[in-house]
Amino acid sequence: MTLLGMSSILSMPIKTLSVLVCLVVLLTACDLTSLNNPYVGENTAGSVLYSSFSERPKHLDPAVSYNSNEYTFIGQIYEPPLQYHYLKRPYELIPLTTTKMPTVVYRDKAGKPLPENAAIQDIAFTDYILDIKPSIQFQPHPALAKDNNGIYLYHHLSLKQLEDLSSIGDFKATGSRELTAEDYVYQIKRLANPKIQSPIAGVMQPYIVGFEDFAKQLSAAPQTDLKTISMQGVKALNRYQYQITINGKYPQFRFWLAMQFFAPMPWEADVFYAQPGLKAKNISLDWFPIGTGPYQLTENNPNRQMVLLKNPLFHGERYPDSGEAKDKALGLLHDAGKPLPFIDKVVYILEKETIPYWNKFLQGYYDASGIASDSFDQAIQFAGNGQAQLTPAMQAQGMRLQTEVQTSSFYMGFNMLDNVVGGDSERARKLRQAIAIAIDYEEYISIFTNGRGVAAQGLLPPGIYGNQEGQAGMNPYVYDWVNTAYQRKSLTVAKQLMTEAGYTNGIDPATGQSLILYFDSTSVSTEDRPMLNWYRKQFEKLGIKLVVRATDYNRFQQKMRDGNAQIFVWGWNADYPDPENFFFLLYGPNGKAKHGGENAGNYHNPQFDKLFEQMRNMDNGENRMQLIQQLQEQIRHDAPWVFGYHPKGFALFHGWYLNSKANLMANNKLKYLRIDSAARDAKRQAWNRPNFWPLLVGLVLLIILLVPAIIAYRRRASATLQITQHRQQDIPS
Amino acid sequence: MIQYILRRCLYALPLLMGVNILTFVLFFIVNSPEDMARMQLGQKHVTPAAIQNWKQQHGYDLPLLWNDTQDNSKKLTETIFYQKSVGLFLLDFGVSDSGRDMSTDIKQRMWPSLALALPSLILGLTVNICVALMMVLFRNTYLELGSMVLCVMLMSISSLFYIIGGQFYIGKVLKLVPISGYTDGFEALKFMVLPVIIGVVSGIGSGARWYRTLFLEETEKDYVRTARAKGLSETQVLFKHVLKNAMIPILTGVVVVLPLLFMGSLIMESFFSIPGLGSYTIDAINSQDFAIVRAMVFLGSLLYIIGLLLTDISYTLVDPRVTLS
Repeated sequence: MTLLGMSSILSMPIKTLSVLVCLVVLLTACDLTSLNNPYVGENTAGSVLYSSFSERPKHLDPAVSYNSNEYTFIGQIYEPPLQYHYLKRPYELIPLTTTKMPTVVYRDKAGKPLPENAAIQDIAFTDYILDIKPSIQFQPHPALAKDNNGIYLYHHLSLKQLEDLSSIGDFKATGSRELTAEDYVYQIKRLANPKIQSPIAGVMQPYIVGFEDFAKQLSAAPQTDLKTISMQGVKALNRYQYQITINGKYPQFRFWLAMQFFAPMPWEADVFYAQPGLKAKNISLDWFPIGTGPYQLTENNPNRQMVLLKNPLFHGERYPDSGEAKDKALGLLHDAGKPLPFIDKVVYILEKETIPYWNKFLQGYYDASGIASDSFDQAIQFAGNGQAQLTPAMQAQGMRLQTEVQTSSFYMGFNMLDNVVGGDSERARKLRQAIAIAIDYEEYISIFTNGRGVAAQGLLPPGIYGNQEGQAGMNPYVYDWVNTAYQRKSLTVAKQLMTEAGYTNGIDPATGQSLILYFDSTSVSTEDRPMLNWYRKQFEKLGIKLVVRATDYNRFQQKMRDGNAQIFVWGWNADYPDPENFFFLLYGPNGKAKHGGENAGNYHNPQFDKLFEQMRNMDNGENRMQLIQQLQEQIRHDAPWVFGYHPKGFALFHGWYLNSKANLMANNKLKYLRIDSAARDAKRQAWNRPNFWPLLVGLVLLIILLVPAIIAYRRRASATLQITQHRQQDIPS
Repeated sequence: MIQYILRRCLYALPLLMGVNILTFVLFFIVNSPEDMARMQLGQKHVTPAAIQNWKQQHGYDLPLLWNDTQDNSKKLTETIFYQKSVGLFLLDFGVSDSGRDMSTDIKQRMWPSLALALPSLILGLTVNICVALMMVLFRNTYLELGSMVLCVMLMSISSLFYIIGGQFYIGKVLKLVPISGYTDGFEALKFMVLPVIIGVVSGIGSGARWYRTLFLEETEKDYVRTARAKGLSETQVLFKHVLKNAMIPILTGVVVVLPLLFMGSLIMESFFSIPGLGSYTIDAINSQDFAIVRAMVFLGSLLYIIGLLLTDISYTLVDPRVTLS
C-alpha cells in the first residue's frame, strides 16, 4: 500500500499536497508540554525519587550481597542492629534496631568476666549482648501470611497455586510479625551455611565461637535443620536479647554489626522460598527481600526498573538533631527530629550509558548524578585556588556540588617475592623508593581523573582513624614540606637512589642495558593506551624500560595468586572506618601467593607484623595512634607500594534534592533524603517545553526539495509522451 | 516440501552440536570454572573452600569434556559439557549461574527487542525501497547524483553518532521525545519513535544503494521494455513490475533476519535503556555467566537456521518456478 501510495503522491495535484502539508503543520503546532517526560503515567502526588542502576544486582540476600550496587537496595530494606550516624564525623556507630550500643563483656579461658581494661592476652572470649527494640515489624510479605487458624498460607504451595504465579505480587495475602532476637540468631546461622555461600563466612569463622562446627553439622543435615541446630557462640537470651560470643578480642566486630550481613531474617523466608517451582519463576530471596527497614521492594525487574515503596509497618525513626559544626549552616539540620523516611517511592531505572543519563539529569528527570569524564568540563571548573566549582550554566540551573575524598586507596604494588623489585635488601628498597618519587601521581590525577583525587601519603585515606593531615602526615621518603604544602622530591633524589641501588642512569649492571621491569595490567583496551604510555614515561625518567604485560582480569588474578606478577596497580575500598581494614593488606600472614589472603604484594616484615598484631585489637587512643604512625613509617620506608591516590567523589544534585551529605560508610542514607516535588515539577515544566519550529523548517525544506522532483518527474513523463507522438508521426502509414 | 523441511531440520542437529562445542571450547579457553566462581562470589574474602562449594553447587566441579574417573557412558555424561548441553536441545535453558531462570528472562526481554526491531525493519525496508525506486525513477539526473552522494555520506557516519546526535538534537534540544526509557503496552510508542527513526535513517545509505543496484539490474530486462512499450507509466513499471521481480534478492536479505529480530540490538538497547535481549549475552560474557552465553549462542544459531529455512520457503511463494525438493 505504501509503495502504491508513493506512486499516487507523485501524481497528486500540487494544491492537494499543499493542503495536506498545512494540516500536518497545524497538528504538530499544538501546545504540548513535557513530551520528553520518560515517566509515563507518573503520579506526582507523593514524594518520588528517581535514580538509576547500570548493572543489575546479582544478590539481594543480605547473607550473600557484598557489592555497593546491591547495597543501594538492601541498605534501605534490611536493618542490622547498628548503623552509622548520618551527620557526625568521624564516623560514629549508633543503635538502629537495638535500644543501646551492645554490651561488651570480656571473659578469660575459664569463662570468668574480665574488666574493660583487661590485657589482650588475658581475653579468651568477648560477648556482645544486644537488646533489640520491641514492636518492630517485618514488612508485609506472603511468607508471613497466615490464615485464621494461624497456619501459614503459602508454605505448602500446590501445583495449581504455582501455575497461577508469575511474580511475588500475585500472592493475594501478605502478613507480618514482630522482629525477635531469634531472627538475628537465624541470620548468623545462615552466614555459616555452606549452601548459602556467604562471602564473609571465611572472615567470621575464626571469630564467632562454634561457627565452623555449625557449618560442618549443617552440611551433613537437611537445610531445614538450620533453625533447630544451635551455634555455640550465638544464642537468643530472651525474645528481645541475643548474644554473640567471639574468640579473643576483636573490636572491629562492632563495625560488622552495622553491615547487612547481620540483618535479621525470619525463618519463614527460607521455608517459603525453598518451595520447588518458585525459583523457576525468579521468585527467591535473592530477588525479593523481606526486611524491617523503611522501604520494601515492590517491583524487581532487574532488566528494566526496581521500585522501592515506603514500608507501611516501619517502626519509625527521627532525623538526627546533631552533626558537624557546619551542618546547620548547610541546612542539614532543618529537618531535625522529623519522622523518617521523607520519600514515599524510589524508582531505579536501568541506564547503561552515561550520556543519556546525564542529559536526562539536566532535564530534571533524575535528581542526582555523578560526573562522567565526558561531561566534566560542562559541569565543573576550577577556581584560581584549585577549588572545584560548578560552571555558570550549572549554577543557573540551581545545582549543588558535593565533593568528598573516598575511603579508598589506589596503589602501585611491587611483588615482594620478585628478585628485582621485591625483598628487603637495601638495593631493592632504594629502587622502589626511587620509583615512588618518579611516578608523579599528582600529574596522573590531573590527566586521568580530571583532578578528582588526592595523592596518598601513606596507607590510610582521610576519614580513617590514624590518618594525619599536614606535615605530620607526610611521606618523607617521597615528599618535602615546602611552604605549608607537600612537594614531590626532585628526580635528582630519585636518580641518586637509583645509583645507590646499583642502577646508575637506569642501567642494569647484569646486562649493561636499561633495567627492564614488567607491569602486569588488566588495561587492554585502546582507551587505556595513554595511561600505559604515561606509566612508561614515568619509569623512563629513571632510565628504566617498562614492559606492559596486559592480560584479562582472570589471567591477572591467576598471576597474582601464583606470585608471578612484578608490578601491578590495585585498589581497596574500606569495609569499615578502622585502620586495621587497611593495614591488614600488608600483614605477612595475609600474603596472597602463600596464604591466599588480601596482601597482594606478598609483603612480609616481622617488625610490621608484630606492630600490626598489637594495633589491630586495641581500642582507639594515644597508644594505638602511636602504633599506627609506626606502621606508616615502616611501610613508607620499605615502600612495598607506591602510594597512589585516594579518589575524590564528585556528585551533583538539583536544588530540590535535600539533606544530602556524603557518608561513605552508611548504606541506609535514603531515609534521610527529602525531595521538594513542587519545585521539581515547576523546573521540569520550564526546562522541557518542546521546540517545534526546527521540525517545521525541516518539513518546509523537504517540500522545497520534493516540489522540483515532482515537477521534473511530470515534465519527464510528458516529454516521453511527446517523443512518442513524434515517432508515431514519423512512422509511414 | 515437507520432506525438504524435515531434511533441513535433521541437518540442523549436527550444526547446533558443532556450535555448542565451539562455544564451550572458546568460553573455557578464556575462563575456568574457578574464574567463574570468583566472579560470582565477588572480589573480597573469597576462600578456596567457598570456590569449591560454588563449583559443586553449580555443577562446575566435573571435568570439562571427558571424565576418566567414571565408567562406560558416564565418562561422557559426567562432564560439564554433557550436563550443560542436553537441556538446550530440549529448549530447557535452565538457571543462569547468577541464579535466575533464563527462560523467564528471555521471554521477558524478547518483546522489547521485538518492539524496537520490527518497526525498524518494516519502516527501514519501506523507506529504503522507496528511496531506491526514486533513484531509479530519476536515473541520470542531478536528483540521482545528489541522492547517491547523500547515501554515501549517510553510510560513512558511525551508528553511534546517529544515536548520540539523535538523542541530543531530538531529545535534548527539541525535547520532542524522551531521551531514553521504556514502558509496556502502547505507551512504549513514545519511547520507540526516536530509536526507530535513528535505526531507519542510519540504514538508508547502505540499504537504498543496495536496492537501487537490484532495481537497476531488473530495469534492463525485456519484460520492463515490454511494459513500457505497452504504455505503462514509469511509476507503474517500477512499483508494480520491477519491484515484484526484485523480491527474491530482497527476501534473501530480509527473511533470514526475521527470527534474529528477537535477539535485539546491543548498542540501540543500551543507549535507549530498552530492556531487550541485545545486551543479555554481552552482560553474561562480562560476568562470565556461561549458562547464559551457551543458551544465547544456541538460541541465536537455532533462529538463524530457522531464518534460512524460511527464506527457502519464501522463494517458492514469490517465484512459482522455484520448488523445494
